[in-house]
Amino acid sequence: MKNRREFLKTAGATAVGVSALSGSAFAIGEYFISSKETKPHAEEKTATRWGMVINTKKLNEEVIHEITTACHTKHNVPDCMTFAEPKDPKRKKHHEIKWIWEEHYHNAFAPDVVEYLSKKLEHTPFLVLCNQCQNPPCVQACPTKATFKRPDGIVLMDFHRCIGCRFCMAACPYGSRSFNFQDPRNGLPDRLPTNPAFPTRMKGVVEKCNFCAERLAIGKKPYCEEVSKGAIITGDLGDEHSEIRKLLEENNAITRKSSLGTGPSVFYLV
Amino acid sequence: MNEKIKIIAGVAIFAVIFTCPLWINMGKAKEAPVPVLAEKAKAAKACILPKDEMRAKHMKILDGWRNSVVRDGQRIHMVKDADGKEKEYEMSLSNTCLGCHTNKAEFCDKCHSYASVNPYCWDCHVDPNAKKEASL
Amino acid sequence: MLEKALNGGKSYWLWLAGLSAVIGLAFLVYMKQWTFGLGITGMHRDFTWGFYIAQFTFLVGVAAGGVMLVLPYYLHDYKAFGRITILGEFLAIGAVTMCLLFIVADMGQPTRAMNVIINATPYSMLFWDAFVLNGYLALNLIIGWKLLEAERNGVDAPKWVKPLIYLSIPWAFGIHTVTAFLYSGLPGRGFWLTAVLAPRFLASAFAAGPSFLMLLCFLVRRFTNFDPGEKAMKTLMKIITYALIANIFFFACEIFTAYYSQIPEHMAHINYLFGLGDHGHGVLVGWMWTSMALMIGAIILLVQPKIRNNEKYMPFLCLMVFFGTWIDKGMGMMAGGFVPSPLHHYNEYVPTAPELVITVGIWCVGFAVITVLYKIAVSIKEEIKA
Repeated sequence: MKNRREFLKTAGATAVGVSALSGSAFAIGEYFISSKETKPHAEEKTATRWGMVINTKKLNEEVIHEITTACHTKHNVPDCMTFAEPKDPKRKKHHEIKWIWEEHYHNAFAPDVVEYLSKKLEHTPFLVLCNQCQNPPCVQACPTKATFKRPDGIVLMDFHRCIGCRFCMAACPYGSRSFNFQDPRNGLPDRLPTNPAFPTRMKGVVEKCNFCAERLAIGKKPYCEEVSKGAIITGDLGDEHSEIRKLLEENNAITRKSSLGTGPSVFYLV
Repeated sequence: MNEKIKIIAGVAIFAVIFTCPLWINMGKAKEAPVPVLAEKAKAAKACILPKDEMRAKHMKILDGWRNSVVRDGQRIHMVKDADGKEKEYEMSLSNTCLGCHTNKAEFCDKCHSYASVNPYCWDCHVDPNAKKEASL
Repeated sequence: MLEKALNGGKSYWLWLAGLSAVIGLAFLVYMKQWTFGLGITGMHRDFTWGFYIAQFTFLVGVAAGGVMLVLPYYLHDYKAFGRITILGEFLAIGAVTMCLLFIVADMGQPTRAMNVIINATPYSMLFWDAFVLNGYLALNLIIGWKLLEAERNGVDAPKWVKPLIYLSIPWAFGIHTVTAFLYSGLPGRGFWLTAVLAPRFLASAFAAGPSFLMLLCFLVRRFTNFDPGEKAMKTLMKIITYALIANIFFFACEIFTAYYSQIPEHMAHINYLFGLGDHGHGVLVGWMWTSMALMIGAIILLVQPKIRNNEKYMPFLCLMVFFGTWIDKGMGMMAGGFVPSPLHHYNEYVPTAPELVITVGIWCVGFAVITVLYKIAVSIKEEIKA
């Protein structure tokens, strides 16, 4: 009876094989609360494949500032410039953590850069973040399944499990991942989280945008979408009647480095 | 004969070094601390499991919670209480556990430091009751 | 057999004490990394593997290079290598030890190292790398030990050692192939994304490993009564020559593919390394040209039998090969892969002093391991001779 409350989801020799072959989230000796005793929140937002459309026409410096600040403060992303060590500002920048940030078209879409680019596109600020790839190279690289893809398409980090090998960072062709070169609390005011309801990270682990999984779980939209004044729309790419699919049907959208076959779930309207 | 002395001396030095934690800490035994219940926890009367089970298994439950939340996308733990009534708990260390046990220092840290266990929970997870004094 | 390691002259103990002092210092610096994090290094967001992984990559090659003795001896019955295969095996042990230490030094959360086993993930190349490296270490320990023991007792090694030796030959190729696969399977890294990377790694390994071994042979000959044998050394030089030519040939293939196709993604990294183009960056330019000069210069000298077979020139030639390949496969391999970044930013990397101290410390661990193992091997060889 005691074992009823929590149990080893996979155990024994067969499980080693299953775990290894299936590439599932489970591993030897990892405890899960029995799925009979757990459930998601009633209001949870679900999708078969989460995706995002960024309408670059609606992006400007002000909106971008709102978005990046909201994301970074709500997720306790440290400000590298406030690190006490290292002293040199250039080296402080080396320890930068970013989940969503601004890039020029030439960088965001390198190497597929068009000659004689329209003035507008040339000067449009682009927002880049984790693409939540359909076929994520980072997940393939991770030796501990600390990075894994959920059934709803979100590529998530399990910070408890990350060994800090940074293989995922070499694997990501979008530069979407950051490494905690020092305790991130060194870069938070008074070493306290800017959002106490969300954890910080620890030194030595990799992090990235989590598509606000913690928000979707309680039925809310991602922070970036909320403050984007319509520039960011998230939704279910797997549902052909969803708003996001309609947007993609009616507009010209591009994704970053589509030739690599990673299947980005973040689309840009240009 | 010479070798014999060397060997005995070597073994003796090894024995002393190996057992030094015992010598150093001799006579310093302290009574096991008793965790203090916060007012809120007292008022709630019951935790998710009976006290003894919580004492023995809280680390396993927390391990299960983190895996179920992060990897399984589940957020709520449904547990039958003593009367067989099902109760729901949000699986969150900071918000659920410390929401009730508002005295982390007296409830968690006391025993942990006595037993010299150093869970890395707090490297990331936050004590919501901690104000600025948390800064080290 | 271990007692042989405790029975050395003054210079032996002084050398070990010196190494220990450096290791101790490096350990103190590592403690700083342990508490602060990898931020004490020069690595950053766009350059996430630095000096540690550069050494790791190079040393996997040195470890694999030992097979250049084992293979001719066991598969082709090339007797001249018989006396020194043990040196190759013990070199491999030292090199793999360093590799494993560099991996640990490079981890953000070293206390979680066992996660790689607990959460074994076969589609991750890093899992395989951990597997083959530890396997190779075990193979060489068992084989080296058993062979030496048998030699000492004047008997044949146990029968079960033979299959392990045969296994260790493809395994040596395996460790370096898997190491190359760490890099060559990543989309969006034009410099690494090439099928010729694994062959090129092997070629440079079979030049670097034996040249390191040659240098060790000269040291052994100088400090002990053991002579590795003129014939064996000449053959090793020949192997180094061919391997180095293959390495340069593979690199030339890279150059052709990148510059004839003129795909910017593939040219940009080589341009950066060698200071071509107008991106305005290039901390490694001097190093890369030095590396090329050393390797090509060494080939020009090595192909001439008079020079190659002259024992006076051998150590010099081996140093050229060693440093040339060390730059090429160490920092060159890292910087080429990471600069420019996938977003085409040129963010360069320079190792910091603490990083260099830790690196030197790990090298010293390797030298200490090799010293002790060679001491044992050579003492036993001397004992047999006497």
